[in-house]
Order: sequence, then structure tokens, then C-alpha cells
Amino acid sequence: MAQMTMVKALNLALREALGEDDTTMIIGQDVGQDEGVFRVTEGLLRDFGPDRVVDFPVAESAIAGMAVGLCFAGFKPICEMQFSGFGYHSFHQVESHASRFRNRTRSRLTCPMVIRMPYGGGIRAIEHHSESREAIWAHLPGLKLVIPSGPRNARALLRASIFDPDPVMFYEPKACYRAFKEEVPDSPETMPIGRANVVRSGSDVTIISYGASMRPVLEGADELDDEYNIDAEIIDLLSLVPMDSETIMQSVRKTGRCVVVHEAPRNCGPAAEIIARIVENSLMYLEAPIERVTGYDLVLPFFNNERPYLPDAQKVVTAARKVVDF
Amino acid sequence: MPRKRIDLDNYVESLSILDQDGHVDADLEPSIPDEDLRRLFKYMLLARRYDERMLRLQRQGRIGTYGPALGQEAASLGPAYVMREDDWFIPSFREPSAMLYRGWPIDKLILWWGGNEVGSTPPEGLRDLPICVPVASQVLSAAGIAWGCKLKKENTVAVAFVGDGGTSEGDFHEGLNCAATFHVPLILIVQNNQWAISLPRTKQTASKTLAQKAIAYGINGIQADGNDILAMIVAAREAIDKARNGGGPTLIEAVTYRLGVHTTADDPKKYRTAEEVEQWKPRDPLLRFWTYVKNKSVLDEKGREVLEEEIAAEITAAVERAEAYEPNVTEPFEHCFAEMPNHLLAQLAELRSYLGLSDAPEPTDKQSDTELSSNIETY
Repeated sequence: MAQMTMVKALNLALREALGEDDTTMIIGQDVGQDEGVFRVTEGLLRDFGPDRVVDFPVAESAIAGMAVGLCFAGFKPICEMQFSGFGYHSFHQVESHASRFRNRTRSRLTCPMVIRMPYGGGIRAIEHHSESREAIWAHLPGLKLVIPSGPRNARALLRASIFDPDPVMFYEPKACYRAFKEEVPDSPETMPIGRANVVRSGSDVTIISYGASMRPVLEGADELDDEYNIDAEIIDLLSLVPMDSETIMQSVRKTGRCVVVHEAPRNCGPAAEIIARIVENSLMYLEAPIERVTGYDLVLPFFNNERPYLPDAQKVVTAARKVVDF
Repeated sequence: MPRKRIDLDNYVESLSILDQDGHVDADLEPSIPDEDLRRLFKYMLLARRYDERMLRLQRQGRIGTYGPALGQEAASLGPAYVMREDDWFIPSFREPSAMLYRGWPIDKLILWWGGNEVGSTPPEGLRDLPICVPVASQVLSAAGIAWGCKLKKENTVAVAFVGDGGTSEGDFHEGLNCAATFHVPLILIVQNNQWAISLPRTKQTASKTLAQKAIAYGINGIQADGNDILAMIVAAREAIDKARNGGGPTLIEAVTYRLGVHTTADDPKKYRTAEEVEQWKPRDPLLRFWTYVKNKSVLDEKGREVLEEEIAAEITAAVERAEAYEPNVTEPFEHCFAEMPNHLLAQLAELRSYLGLSDAPEPTDKQSDTELSSNIETY
């Protein structure tokens, strides 16, 4: 076991995959010689060579589109979009091909590829570098969407994603890249995609979130406990597609109250899907309407003004108290 | 310091061997065995008759909207002839002659246009991609495949097709740029049939030729007469050999003409003249190839009659097979992911119920062993 940041944990997962499976390769801008703008691919070009870690021209559609072709030729490409805000260029290739080829050819041609993207705000980055638009990807049938929240699950989930036979969008919360360290096992660890984690057990309210929002949620839970005697159960979804409804329902049926938290804009955001499922499945167990703590339906402001637009512990506490006091 | 033009290393050439009257440039004429010529003629004729049959099927409501390749048979058939079996073939949607030559059953193509995914499932053993609808998006798939061929050191190549309209799409440029930069064995063939639905080639780009776009990406281009199967064979052979031997990609512009409609949902009278179409009819690839094979005593009138009958029977049999196909209505659920997740299992159950089919197995929950999974449906 070793203490490491998420960046180091991702690097570890990549290193393990490249070492174990000759067909894996990394393609992206500045991933090789420069070791990645966030250093996620540190040391990998040096250790695996330019055929395995490829510095790619500034062409995101080509990264995704050529990755599809590489899959057919027998490779498992691990693509990087430098920021999720630039990942939109790849949307057409992901939508038209990566997510569709299995269906189109009845599994004769498939796309075992990963596209990694740093997402989210709160790091005082310039315009377009703080996007949280995961709902766009979640809406594509045939595409998995994985969002880790800490070093250990990032390593395990990236490994799972790399070896998944289907295309996976891997959204990395950049605000968590170096924010904290966690114990990560030395030997390779994986975890199933589509299973949520109950991070904190509780009886009064279920708080559901993922990615970078887990930290304000956990902070909020402590305050709820200390100041208001509210015992929150916290669920870290870890993936939006497939989503672990089982764990959600189990918790909501127990507590009867729910808050869903994400940075992404509210309209048609992931919380809407989660709440729809809860209503379809467990309506009669609810003691109060479900609250959403989300980004506003606006472009995230430039970093000088972004803070009030991001979910924080205070917003989580307010929402939880509201559903508990209903 | 005097201004001067910068000499570029790359160039474009034009190539024409068999003219519309059937005259051959003896210096450039490729040596093709008689049985290959016979086979090529058969496939060109088959493609033409298949096309005509498909138009009739569409008018009869037996297939959906159809995009004929009338007049463009040589542009893809020539390259297909040159390709090896283990080379990769990446079509757009107007390469039926090549697809049939490569081994796609006629009924599979009929099924595609008849709205069945089985038509998009490449036959076993073929390194072919299915028809691609999103314009020019296949250029990137092809560039990636070519890259994979290079990395695997297979000596295989990827031959891809795109239209003149497709050369305006970003993916065309990204694909060509990356293929050239990574120096991969890609042969990209632009079927310039002069029309992108209603937009004439001259309004698609200011470039004098499409082949010259190669120069921008540091590779060579060749503008071949796309209705001349011999020129297409020679151009493809040179490009394929070059790529196979590590020489990198080539862009081939096949100058041809869309004699028919863009698709059956289209009315060309709204944007082009009948005179223009008439001007191109004598340049039909089938006419000049027929002259050629007759002159070479590969086939005569009698032989052609026999061929026509065989082809008609083949197509009829294929139509029958295609129309006998019974699709599996719930099959898409099995091919969304390698393993069906719970939400799809539940939705499949919903669809089965709607269709009045017997109960599907309960969604099995492999994630939790609480009593909850036995008494509620989860998504």
C-alpha cells in the first residue's frame, strides 16, 4: 500500500495496463514527451516507447476516430482529451462510431477504447477548462461513463475501463487530482463498473453524488452530524452508465429522504435521471420531495467568479436540512 | 532577397488509359489476365444490374430510400481488384461494385437498404467496414485502421472511399493530416461524381482539383479518370504498393459522374440540366470497358448475353433471400454492450411485454445480496 494522489494512481493504472497488455496504447496531446499537462502520463513514454505512448496532433475528432480504427486493428487505445471542454470535438466520432459499431455490426466490430478527460471547475482555470457536461455523454446508448472520486477508485476504475470490451468515457475530477492522498494497494486492483459505493452509512437522508462533488458532500455530512444531528447516508455513484440503481433504492427506501449533488447544469442533468428512477421505483418510501444541488443552467463563470456557482458544503447542508425538516 | 515560389516536394498527376471510345494508351495499359478481365466485367455488369433492380425495388416500396452508384462502377471496382484479401476496405455508400467484388452477398446489401442491421454486419473473413452514413467520418476509421496495420507490421493497407462533398468535412482533413503525419498505409480515394446532392463540385471548394489537397498534407495525389477501370487499377496499384512498402498514404481523385439521383428521395431536375447528364453518358465506364473486353476477345455478344442471364438470376435469388429474412426484433438489446446492464434488461422486459412475448428472465443483480433484489425491479 502507498499513499498517493489521484494523478499518481491514474499513472499507476496506465503503467500496469501498458505493462500487461501489448495491445494497449495511449494517444493524446502532450502525453508523451511532456508527460501530460497534469502529469498523468509521467514516465510512460520513457518506459514504453513512442509506439505505445503517442503525442498526437491537435485534432480531437481524429483522436477518437482513429482510436475506433485502431480497435478494429486489434488495439485497446486509451485516449486523452486534454480537457473535457475540448472533448466536444470528439463527440461526432464517439456518437457515430465508438458507441455504435457494436450495435451496427451485431458485435462483429467493437470498440474497446477509453477516452479520459479531466472535468470540472474550482481550480481557477481559464474559459472552457472547467466544464462539467457529463450528461451529454450519458445520453449516448452504447457508451459507458465512469467518474471516479479518489485515488484508489480512480486506479481501479481506470483499469476496469481499459479492459472493458466497450467504449468508456472516463471523466476525471481535476479538482481532486492533487487535492488529497489515499492508500492505494501495490498490486493491481480493479472494481466492477456500475457499482456505487456507500461511503458513509446513515439513517436520516441519502445524499447521492459523484466525482468532485463528493468532497463538499462529505464536508456537508460532517456539519449535518455535528451541528444538526442529521445522520446522512452518502452514496458515491462512481459511474453514470451503467448506474447502480440497486444501491440507490436500498438507501432511499431506508432513509425516505434524498439530495442529489452535481456540478453539472441542472436542466436534464444526471440528477434528473436519478430522481426519475427513484420516483418510478420507490415513490411511496419518500417522506419529502427530492432536492437537487447542482450547477445553474448557465455557462460556468470565469474563474474569478466561479465559486458561488459550484456545489459546496453549505448548499448541501441547506438542501439536506430542507428535506429532513419537510 | 528576391521573392520566389517555394518548391514543394509533393505533386499531383493525372492518369487516363482507356478513353470513352475504348482506345487504350498502350504505354500505360496494365497487363491483366483474360480471366481477371472477364471477372471484372462481370462485376461491373452485376453492379449495374443490381443498381437498376434496387431502383425498381424502391419504387415498389420493397426497400427504403436508395442511393444508386450508376456511372461510378469503375472507381471502386478497380481498387478492389488490386487489394489483397487481408487489406482493409472502408466504403462510404456508393461502392457496391467493390463490395460485391470483395464478397459481400447481394442480399446483404439489399437488406441494408431495406433497413436491417444484418446488412451492416461484414461477412466473416472480410476485413471490411459496413456502409458509412455520417459523411467522411469513415476517413478517420480508415486512418486508424491503417495505423494499426503499420503498428502490427502486417504489410496490409487500408483503402477508403469518400465523395467530393466529403472533402469539405473536418474529418477528411484530420484524417489525411494524421495519416500523412503518422505515415500510415492509407489509400484514400475520392469519388468525385461532381455533385454533393445539389451542390456542384465547383461550389464545394476553391481547389482546382481535389487531388491537390494531398499536397497540403505532404503527400502525393493522383487525379485519375474514375470511369476508366484501367486507370483506377493502375493508380490504386501504385498507391497500394507504395503504402505496403512503407511509403505512406496517397490521395486518389477518381473523376466520375453521378448519372443517377443522389438518392431516390432526390430530384436532380431542380439543380442540374438534362444536357449535362447527356454529355456524361458516353463516358460511362461500362460502355468503354465493354468495348475493351470485346477488342481483347475476352468476351463477345453471346458471352455477354449468357452473363446477363446469370446476373439476372443471381439478383432475383438474392432479392428472394433478402425478402425471406426475418429480423429478431429484440436483438439490439444484446448488442449495446458486451453484457446487458440492468437498465437494459428491464427495458427489454418492457419491450417484450409490449410485443406480447413471454417473460424474459428477471434482471439478475450481481452487486448486492440484500433481500431487495428479489422483490423489486431495478433499472
